[in-house]
Parts: sequence; structure tokens; C-alpha cells
Amino acid sequence: MILVNTETIPGRQIREVKGLVQGNTIRAKHLGRDIAAGLKNLVGGELRGYTELLTEARRQAIERMMAQAQELGANAIVNVRFTTSAVTQGAAELYAYGTAVTID
Amino acid sequence: MGFADLFGLGAFLFFLALGFGIGTWRERSHLASLTRRESKSTDIGVANLRAVTQPETVEHAELVMGQAVIANDYFKTVAASLRNIVGGEMKSLETLMTRARREATLRMLESARALGATEVWNVRYDTSNITSGNSKNPAASVEVLASGTAIRRKSTH
Repeated sequence: MILVNTETIPGRQIREVKGLVQGNTIRAKHLGRDIAAGLKNLVGGELRGYTELLTEARRQAIERMMAQAQELGANAIVNVRFTTSAVTQGAAELYAYGTAVTID
Repeated sequence: MGFADLFGLGAFLFFLALGFGIGTWRERSHLASLTRRESKSTDIGVANLRAVTQPETVEHAELVMGQAVIANDYFKTVAASLRNIVGGEMKSLETLMTRARREATLRMLESARALGATEVWNVRYDTSNITSGNSKNPAASVEVLASGTAIRRKSTH
């Protein structure tokens, strides 16, 4: 499965548009990471725990989107976009969406 | 003024000094590291154009991402909440956003390089605040996601 965030896949021809596919996940951060983050909020700097958490969560959203595309019989997703929203305090929703297509 | 008040004031001043000292040092070293790594990353062309030039020469195209979560230090948080009263430009938060974006961009380029790509097209930035700054808890940290399409060209020979 090829994923791109451009509207076409450079060098490949799109045969058929299968439709919009999407994947989401909502993750809460845990207490240990919150404590570490609390300390970082004093001295500044990268919150590695959160970066890892979000990377992993985003990967899951992508996987769910890819599973949907596979069900539609697509072999590529173009114009992939991401959005994030804070659903409740301490939890984030990660959402990935794109257009499933078949390519040669 | 009781002992508890004095202790509270002492802790506040201690955290303020800690944030200013370590925070400023950490920010400076992060900015220096960003500049150093950016000067090494000139091997990959970056554009936010959607249409890739000469698509017939493209061998492989793949989505690449980079993300970073950066927290502000306590001194800047306090400075920002004071700034909120009088209004105006928030320099410290601008630096925070810039650091997160530059770091995310570098990480995206890293994964592009791992694919053997020479160009990244259609670069997009998404931003979200993980711990939102409000009057109760003004500590801000920001997440930036950079994404783009990495391109590997067919070799000319």
C-alpha cells in the first residue's frame, strides 16, 4: 500500500478512485508521563514520552485507514491528511484520512 | 505574612530561577543543535508544492512524517501570562513554536533520507497543544507534525 500526501502518485497512473478512507484513535497519557512532563514544564525542552505516544497513536490511525482502503480493494491512498483534537483534558484524538485509489 | 506564604514565595522564586537558568540554557543548546543539523540536511530538497515536477522520472513516492512535542519553561510561562495582561508580541512562545517546527521538519527529513529520497514535496504542518495554557495552569507545550511526500528519482544512467 502506497501512501502519499500529494493528489497524484508521481510516476504512477491512478486507475480508479475508491473513496474516502479514515482512521482515528483517542489516547490518554498516563500518570508517569504526566509527572515527567510536569518537570519539563519547569525547565522546558522536549517531552519525549509524549512524542513517542503520539507517534505510536498516529501509526495506529494510519493502520486503521489502510485497513479500510484494503477492504475497498485499493492499493494506494493519496492526499493523506492528519488532524488532532483535544477531546477531554489529557486525551488527544488523532485522525488520518485520505482518498483510496487503485494504481497500475 | 506566615511561614506558609514565605515558603510559597520561596518556591515560586526558586522555580522561576530554575526555569530561567536551565530553560534558557536548554533552549540555546537546542537552537544550536537545530542549526547544526539543518546545515547538514541540505541534501534533500523541500517544497510545499503539490505537483511534483517531471513525474515520469520518479521511482518511488512515500509519505514521511516527523513530530516533536516541546514544553516551555516556567520562567517563560510566567512571562507569557504577564504578557497576557498588557498584550503584545509573545516572543518566548514564538521561539517555542519555531523550535517544535524545525525539530519536526528535521525528523521528517531523516525518515526521507532513510528511504533514499532526495526530495520531499507537499510539506504540511499540523499543530496541537497537548497541555493547553489557561489561567489555572498556564504551562504550554506544543506538538508539531510535519508531513510530506518523499520522492526517489530513477538514476539517470
